[in-house]
Amino acid sequence: MNAIEVDNLTKRYGDVLAVDTVSFTAPTGATVGLLGGNGAGKTTTIAMLLGLLVPTSGRITVLGHDIAKDRFNALARMNFSSPYIALPARLTVKENMRVYAHLYNVPRVDQRIAALARELDLAAILDRPAGQLSAGQKTRVALAKALINRPEVLLLDEPTASLDPDTGDLVRTWLERYRADSGCTILLASHNMAEVERLCTDVVMLKKGQVVDRGSPDELLTRYGRHDLEDVFLDIARDRRQAVAA
Amino acid sequence: MYRHLALYRRSWPRMLELGYWPVLNMCIWGVTSSFLRARMGNSAVMAGATLLGGVLLWEVTLRSQMGMSISFLEEMWSRNLGHVFVSPLRPFEMVLALVGMSIIRMLLGTMPAILLAWAFYAFNLFALGPVLVLFFMNLMIMGWAVALGVVSLVLRHGSGAEPLAWGLLFGLAPFSAVFYPVSVLPAFIRPFSYALPTTHVFEGMRAALLQGVIRWDHLAAAFALNMVWLAAAALLFARQFHAARVSGALISIGE
Repeated sequence: MNAIEVDNLTKRYGDVLAVDTVSFTAPTGATVGLLGGNGAGKTTTIAMLLGLLVPTSGRITVLGHDIAKDRFNALARMNFSSPYIALPARLTVKENMRVYAHLYNVPRVDQRIAALARELDLAAILDRPAGQLSAGQKTRVALAKALINRPEVLLLDEPTASLDPDTGDLVRTWLERYRADSGCTILLASHNMAEVERLCTDVVMLKKGQVVDRGSPDELLTRYGRHDLEDVFLDIARDRRQAVAA
Repeated sequence: MYRHLALYRRSWPRMLELGYWPVLNMCIWGVTSSFLRARMGNSAVMAGATLLGGVLLWEVTLRSQMGMSISFLEEMWSRNLGHVFVSPLRPFEMVLALVGMSIIRMLLGTMPAILLAWAFYAFNLFALGPVLVLFFMNLMIMGWAVALGVVSLVLRHGSGAEPLAWGLLFGLAPFSAVFYPVSVLPAFIRPFSYALPTTHVFEGMRAALLQGVIRWDHLAAAFALNMVWLAAAALLFARQFHAARVSGALISIGE
């Protein structure tokens, strides 16, 4: 059973083809990485998955809901986190969490906030304005927001960008645990190859809006004869080397 | 709405700003009407009353419009719209929340000015009676229609359209006959003036204050026109929201 099905997805802005007939699936419980350089179409693809952007053509199904026709029922079961979208800076962490708990119609709001505060070590900052937090704290709060409705599908756009290695590792550990405990499907757009190698069961490589390869990290390493995904990424980005075997 | 109420609870400048302009306006026009009364005697009393009534009721429209537009802009300024639009919140639910904030902001903004007019300038807006509720309703609906238009333009064109939140409604003031009857306007402007719901409310207000009659015809016209304006604004909002989803403006809104 696939939690996410993307079929021939295309987005055109005038003469620019941002996403070009992209197709991929994310099986339930998998963590799928979207990899590609700047302008490869990762953020555009995620925006279309979230219904923020209407595709020029193609079809997206999330948890059985057609995003074109029934996105609100899908969105109630999904969530999203990106360091590029802020939370209201003057509201405290707890107020922010409460806002999103209401938006996602979460039952027993206070209990849910308390549980997330425990799990993500937020108890000490619950009453602090979101704008006064460090980058690491903001990331944990953004993650708490993204988990407030216990999403079955979690879309993460560079979740550990601008974090120090220690905090980045904590976030990755937490994501691994959350996926194992909840069976959640994660779609992860990242430039951090070590992160993708560690978290992802499957990787979709994008270049100039097209899927140029896909497979598990191990499969890609074997296919390109490399020892880490960064080299695979560079091979694809710079057209250095084709896959060794089809 | 909880998000905005939490913000106002901890921001006294925002609370102050709500009532600042209506009170300032009332001070200026209150002193002006007192001056006219002192110079011209009783003949200026009713003129002063229609002036102050016009000031207060225009504030109702203005605060309703700004209450809705600025609540939306607050989301944009905090770069939070990306989160809001990927939540299961439907656009009409967001509009209803903005309407709720508009009512709260309008009441908090205009009540101090209404009390000031009563305490210092002997003008009791509530003396208009229950019909005042109908006046308020019509003026608020007109404010929401204009605010929906502003929000639509901001959705489509980003922060470049922001100044409209402050200025757009002022462009309608000369045609709304706030301080003078429609009959003093040039004949070719009157049809446009009568197409505005606000015009019928202010004509009705003057009839109530000067002749002591309730002009149901004006009230009915105001409600009917408001339905047309609101429907047109809702259609514009729906179209611009969809257009923003097509063009990608929702992703970069605020820029």
